[in-house]
Parts: sequence; structure tokens; C-alpha cells
Amino acid sequence: MADLKLSEVGKTYGASVEVLRHINLDISTGELIVFVGPSGCGKSTLLRMIAGLEKITSGTLEIDGITVNDVPPAQRGIAMVFQSYALYPHMTVYDNMAFALRIAGKTAREIDEAIHRAAKILQLEPFLDRLPKALSGGQRQRVAIGRSIVRDPKVYLFDEPLSNLDAALRVATRIEIAQLKESMPNSTMIYVTHDQVEAMTLASRIVVLADKGIAQVGTPLELYERPRSEFVGQFIGSPAMNLFPGEIVGTGERTEIRLAGRGIAVSDVPSNGSDMGLKVNVGVRPEDLAATDGDYLYEGQVNILEALGEVTLLYFVPEEGRDPVIAKLPGIHDGLRGKSVRLSADPAKVHVFHDSRSLLYRQ
Amino acid sequence: MHPALQGILTIAVGVFGCVGYFYLSNLVLDKVIFPARGPNIGRNLNRANLVRPWLFLLPAILALGLYLAYPVFETLRLSFIDRDAGGAFVGLENYGQMFSEPKFWEALRNNLFWLLIVPAASTAFGLVGAQLTDRIAWGNIAKSLIFMPMAISFVGAGVIWKLVYETRPVEIEQIGVLNAIYLALGGTEPQVWLTIPILNSFFLMMVLIWIQTGFAMVILSAALRGIPEETVEAAIIDGAGPFQIFFKIKVPQIMTTIVVVWTTITLVVLKVFDIVFAMTNGQWETQVLANYMFDKLFRANDWGVGSASAMIIMLLVTPILVWNVRNARREMR
Repeated sequence: MADLKLSEVGKTYGASVEVLRHINLDISTGELIVFVGPSGCGKSTLLRMIAGLEKITSGTLEIDGITVNDVPPAQRGIAMVFQSYALYPHMTVYDNMAFALRIAGKTAREIDEAIHRAAKILQLEPFLDRLPKALSGGQRQRVAIGRSIVRDPKVYLFDEPLSNLDAALRVATRIEIAQLKESMPNSTMIYVTHDQVEAMTLASRIVVLADKGIAQVGTPLELYERPRSEFVGQFIGSPAMNLFPGEIVGTGERTEIRLAGRGIAVSDVPSNGSDMGLKVNVGVRPEDLAATDGDYLYEGQVNILEALGEVTLLYFVPEEGRDPVIAKLPGIHDGLRGKSVRLSADPAKVHVFHDSRSLLYRQ
Repeated sequence: MHPALQGILTIAVGVFGCVGYFYLSNLVLDKVIFPARGPNIGRNLNRANLVRPWLFLLPAILALGLYLAYPVFETLRLSFIDRDAGGAFVGLENYGQMFSEPKFWEALRNNLFWLLIVPAASTAFGLVGAQLTDRIAWGNIAKSLIFMPMAISFVGAGVIWKLVYETRPVEIEQIGVLNAIYLALGGTEPQVWLTIPILNSFFLMMVLIWIQTGFAMVILSAALRGIPEETVEAAIIDGAGPFQIFFKIKVPQIMTTIVVVWTTITLVVLKVFDIVFAMTNGQWETQVLANYMFDKLFRANDWGVGSASAMIIMLLVTPILVWNVRNARREMR
């Protein structure tokens, strides 16, 4: 049970290397917050600052209303699961889990009970006497999680816990973490990943970090449906959102945009009269594009076609200096290779960005 | 010829001789004995590859056989005969005579002390040095300074430390650091440190510890750096203090390296000779086995007892050597 409050948190290395700035975030009890962002965006640094492994250079971090900037990690009531598991290689699974409790001066009986309770949840009971090297990757990760559980922390911190596992195990462990969260509704979890599937499936809220700060905070579907910026729109969802440059030619409840390639886009995003002639980027996700014979938003020649059975990915011949437009059509469309195709989109799913910010969110 | 020229010539002959041997013998094997052509080309290639390792190992095998294996058996033989009686077989008489000499037991006892103290002290100081120098900005300079004695020969180190323990009459200024400190701290008489039994053995051990600490530190420092940083961070989050992290997380993870360092130094200690020879020559109850052997062989010309003591040293070294090699191999895996 813990609320976290980050106010104006920043991190600078040395005199000039700024990694994070102006991080403001409220996390309430029971949430599972996922930090995502491109590599090097500072998401792991932010997690390590919450853990106390990195010093907070500006701003304050509060856990349950108490400022913990200078509180040592062990007294913050946090537990951390590392990407590399960080198990103590010379200790058995039992001793790995007992280490923190022994240091905290718990009695042998308390320790034993806590470990067996955790081992039961994580199905680790048969392995308690083994050394980490005799375990598989998934088992090691469960021990690392068990080591956190026994401490009964207020906040669980996960630093890319699944990235060392193979694809199948990653899915299985992801579901286990989701179930674990289910079974401990009062625990707060913060989870760092670069894998947006993990972010979308696990998070109660996602924090997208970019350019030293927070790009957007919201539930997974909020981020998917109403991205605040081009960056968030392109970062969440795979393949990334297509962007078409254009100019607003009709305003009101719906906005009409004439695109560079002669197409017309209609969006449910409202606009006012003064927006007429505004240069904008129209964002449409590949899965929201559909082939059409009528009014079209984009017309192009299919360059590469990937038939996945369930869906077909069309990569169009890119324009000079731009990423290729990608469309994801349900079902099999094997015959489209090399053909010219016209695409349209539902106005509800057309995003409009000006200056790389969404028109939805302007004041 | 000038000795320096002789030295250079020797090196040149040695190096080019080696290169020449490997190049030419390989050439002969490939072109003359098993040529890679003709009807038997496949068989010839296989045979050449079978012979090649032995061809390249031959010089080393011969040299080691001549200078290591043969002397072992010769020493064993010498320990069972009496040279003065025309090489008559005397059984265990030499051993019996050696065991009846108090000087031998003194040497064995001192060796045991050396064995207990020097590897332990060197490894401990080395470990502390490794941990501390990794944490400070001028750590590399400190490390070089601690490692430097490794570059000094044992005899040279003995001479340096003899000056540390040097004694001058009370009215003259002391040039020995130990006496200078002793007098400054309120001692009345300058002491002749190397003649005080028991204590003098420790003064001799100090020299070897001084040398071996650098070795231990360098190896252990590399091992400490190999410890995954996350395990240390996990321990910090688990609430461990600096000492708990060092003793419960770090040291256990480098235990195999510690054992290898420990046993390597133990081997050096068992063979210790130069330091004792240069500083006390075994007088005032500082005798050790290797020096005892040297005394018997080359001073008393008693080949029987000398060889017997050599066998004792070998007997003591062998098990540790085997263990050490085994550990080092496991470390590599």
C-alpha cells in the first residue's frame, strides 16, 4: 500500500549531462505503472532513482507522503527485480530469498513462513535447495520475484524483467506477473520495458518517456486512441502510425485536410475557423487504413507485401526522404503486390497533429 | 667477447633457433615426410596433423624431461645412497639422520609458520587492497605502488629489508627504519632484530608478504571487477551494509579465485629460500627447509641428507600443486 509522488524530479550527471527533467507523476496504491520509451530515454534511470540506487539531483520523491530523497534504498519499502535477475550465485534459492529478512533480523520461523508462502505462489517449492545456476531462465526470474515478495514491500520495481527470456517464456512470465498483480491488489508496481506489448497488456497506466521528460501518461487505450503527440502516436502501436503532411481546408465539428498527395482526409477532431490553411500532419494507424474505390486519403504503389495469413502488410513505394506508408489489411490480399492501391480511413481514427502536437489536446 | 654482446647473441640464437626449428621442422613434415600430393594425399594430410603436435612439443618435452623429471628421480636415488661410501645403497639411513637433527625440525616448524601466516596475510592484504583501490580516484597509482615489489627479486627484497632492520650502536643515528621508530616510541636500546628468535622469523615473513600482496591484489581486483554489479545493488536494496556486501556477497563470489591465489602463494612459501639465505642464512632459529637443503647439499656436501630434505619439500608441495591446478582449471571453465 503506497502512493508515490514525483515532483519536478530531475537527474543530471556531472555538471551538464541532463538525463531527466521536470518529471511530475502521481502513482496511487494498487496501480501497475509501466515506463516505456526509446532506449536511452532515462526510464531505467527514473526507476533506479525511485529505488534509491541513483541520487535524485532535483525535485522530490515522496512515498506515502514522506520525502525519501535521502532515505537509503532498504528503508524506502521498495523491492526491485533486475533484468539480469541479480541472484546471489553462491546462495541457494532459499538463502537468496532469506538474505534480506536475515539482515532485517527476522526470526528463523518468520523467514521460513515467508519463504514458503512466496515459493508456493511462484511454484518454487521443489527448487528451494538449488543454486541459481541449476535453474532455467524463467525459474531464476521467479526466484528474483520471490525475493521481492518475501520482503512484503510497498512498491515493486521491475527493470525490464522479461528481456532476458526467450519469446515463449516471456509470454508465460508476463501472464504470471499479471496474475501476481491480481493476487496482490494493494501493491503498487512500477515496471520498465521497451516492449510495448508488455506495456499494453500489463499496465493500468503507461508513462511514455521521451526527450528527458514525460510525453504522455494514460491508460493503454487512451495512449492508443488519443495520443498527445506524433511521438506517442508512432511509439505506441506496431507498425508505427503513418503520417501524411497536409493543410486544413475545412473546419468545424469535423476537420478536412487536403494531403500532399492529392488525397483528402476527414477527421472527427474538431477545429475552428482560424485553423483554415494550417499546416498539419495527419496520423493514421496501418490497421485503420482500408482499401477503397471511392474517396481516398492515400494512393500509392505496393512495394513490398507481407502476407501473415491473419493480416497482410502493404509497404508502399516511399516518397523521397519519407518513411514508407504501411497498411495492415485483415485477411489475405496476395494479389496486390506491385499494384496501385487507394486507401481511406474512418474519420474517428484519423489523428491531426500541428507542430507534432495533437489538435485534440490544445486549449 | 664483451658479456653484453654475449647476452644479445644468446638471445638471438635462442629466439631464431626456436623460430627456425618450428618453421623448418614443419616444412620437412609437410613437404618431405608426408607431402600433400600424390596418390596418398588424404592419408598423408591426416598423418602430418597427427605428428605435428608432438613435433612442436618435442623441445619442451626434452627440456622439461632433462631439467625437471630426471632430477626428481636422480634426487630420489641420491637420497637412498651414501656417496662417500662409493654410492652404496643405505636405505632410509639418510632420512633417519635428518630426522634426528634438531635443525631439520626447526626448519619444518618454521616452514609451517610461514605456511600459516604468509599466504593468509598476503591474500587478506591483497583483498583489502583490491577493494579499496577500486573505489578511489588514484587507485591505479596505489595499485602500481603495491604491485611494484613483485618486480624485485627475493634477494633484492632481502637486502632492502635488511636495511629496514639494520642496527647501529646506540650513540650513532639509526639508519634502520624499525630501530628508528622503536627508539622514537621510547625504546632505550637499538635492537638487533634479526637475532631475536621467533620474532625474527616474522620479520623475514614480512618481506615475502610485502612481495606477494601485490600479486594477490592484482588477481583479486580483476575477480572483484567480474562480480555483476546488480548483485551488489540487489544487496543494497536488501538492506546490506558495506561490510555485509563485502563479506557475504563479494567474497563468496570470488572464493575460487581466493583459493587459487592462496595456494599459489603457499607454493612460493614452501620453496622460500632466497630471503632467508640473504638475510639470516638460517641462523638464530630462522632455518627453513629449502635453505636447510642448500646447507646440506652445497655447504656440508652431504648429498644423502640434502636429497632427502629435497624429497620432503617435494612431498609437501605436490598435493597443493595438484589442488591448485585443479582449481585453476575449474576457474577457467
